[in-house]
Amino acid sequence: MSRVRLLVGTKKGAFILTADGARKDWNVSGPHFAGWEIYHLKGSPVDPNRIYASQSSGWFGQVMQRSDNGGETWAAVGNKFAYDGEAGTHQWYDGTAHPWEFKRVWHIEPSLTDPDTVYAGIEDAALFKSNDAGASWQEVSGLRKHGSGPAWQPGAGGMCLHSIILDPADPLRMYIAISAAGAFRTDDGGASWKPINKGLHSLYIPNPTAEVGHCVHHIAMHPERPGTLFMQKHWDVMRSDDSGDNWTEISGDLPTDFGFVIDVHAHEPETLYVVPIKSDGEHFPPDGRLRVYRSRAGGHEWEPLSSGLPQSNCYVNVLRDAMTTDSLDECGVYFGTTGGQVYASADSGDTWNAIVRDLPAVFSVEAQTLP
Amino acid sequence: MTSASSTARVRVELPSSLCRLACIDCEVTLKITGPITQLSVLDALEARYPMLQGTIRDPLTNLRRPFIRFFACGEDLSHLPPSDPLPQPVVEGAQPFLIIGAIAGG
Repeated sequence: MSRVRLLVGTKKGAFILTADGARKDWNVSGPHFAGWEIYHLKGSPVDPNRIYASQSSGWFGQVMQRSDNGGETWAAVGNKFAYDGEAGTHQWYDGTAHPWEFKRVWHIEPSLTDPDTVYAGIEDAALFKSNDAGASWQEVSGLRKHGSGPAWQPGAGGMCLHSIILDPADPLRMYIAISAAGAFRTDDGGASWKPINKGLHSLYIPNPTAEVGHCVHHIAMHPERPGTLFMQKHWDVMRSDDSGDNWTEISGDLPTDFGFVIDVHAHEPETLYVVPIKSDGEHFPPDGRLRVYRSRAGGHEWEPLSSGLPQSNCYVNVLRDAMTTDSLDECGVYFGTTGGQVYASADSGDTWNAIVRDLPAVFSVEAQTLP
Repeated sequence: MTSASSTARVRVELPSSLCRLACIDCEVTLKITGPITQLSVLDALEARYPMLQGTIRDPLTNLRRPFIRFFACGEDLSHLPPSDPLPQPVVEGAQPFLIIGAIAGG
């Protein structure tokens, strides 16, 4: 019988939640790396017991961890993230030039084909790659040296590269997103990049349709439709059917189109999930009711999913990497909140249960479907 | 005083977060040959416990992290040049070299 393993990164450590295919009874392991901020953990699709974790602290900096046995034991690997060549500057909040400075790893994306190859998205925004299972890291510098780099500026949470999507149909194609620069694509394995933000409209920048400067919160893709992308922007939910070259808004009848997460059903490429958040100034669900919204039409028409979720006095947020799906026959959907709850649905979102309620603030949730 | 060729046994105390990271007790003793300085102590510590590389000083610049302090013999040595000799009681192992996570926050 298949199993599910959830990798949960929180403000004060990592937790590993496991269950059989029924997904009713969960075992909770942790905290791993107690007291440290764990922005993200992710397992290799090739070797699920190979898991990488980003461990950081305001006192002690960045540590990268790797497990080769499904999270039972860990070993620190390389943590030197040196920008390639002269680091240069980007825009600071006040518009002045600010040197590029490494702060932390936000997102880890293991290769689809090689367990020793892994990408890391960092703050200040850059993409790094390791070909030796995390022992050493080299910048994929074609991205940061794209001509617009000096104009990039941080969002409220910092200038982070938070989304990395590898195209399963084309090993040379990759997508990334940066707050607040926008989305970018490479078609040549990272040597060169192009902004893919046409169709985005952001009222909070001087030119709302600028080539870069958009605060993209997350992007998602179904592996069977690698040319179709979905985006939760600061405001607006968007889709592209031409690999990001053009975007159209699909917010439709959502109660608010601000939010952080977006994800796709494991077996239905037109079934999407978002968690609407009231506004950029009020990072909590509208009316204090926590609802996942699902579209079965690829956007525009959305239905609230609230069974099992708190429908009063709920003022948590769901951060950009904190939603995931498993690939069991009946797709499981999971998300974690800043209030420390991890919610699970074993029926594509129809009903929800809290696996845990009192973890530290959840930064990220990743699901592994195991044999 | 230590000569360039003598070996000292230097006691180092670490903050609990780094002890857990390195899976060690919070005091370790390091055998160090040559001058006993912040630099030689940290070099020896990181050589013995590579997982600590980058956690006390920046892995690229080797500068002390902003929220790390070095104390010994009741003195804050954080701003001493890294190559200056440490106090004799530290060299002799009578006093530990303390690596402290600065109090920050509320």
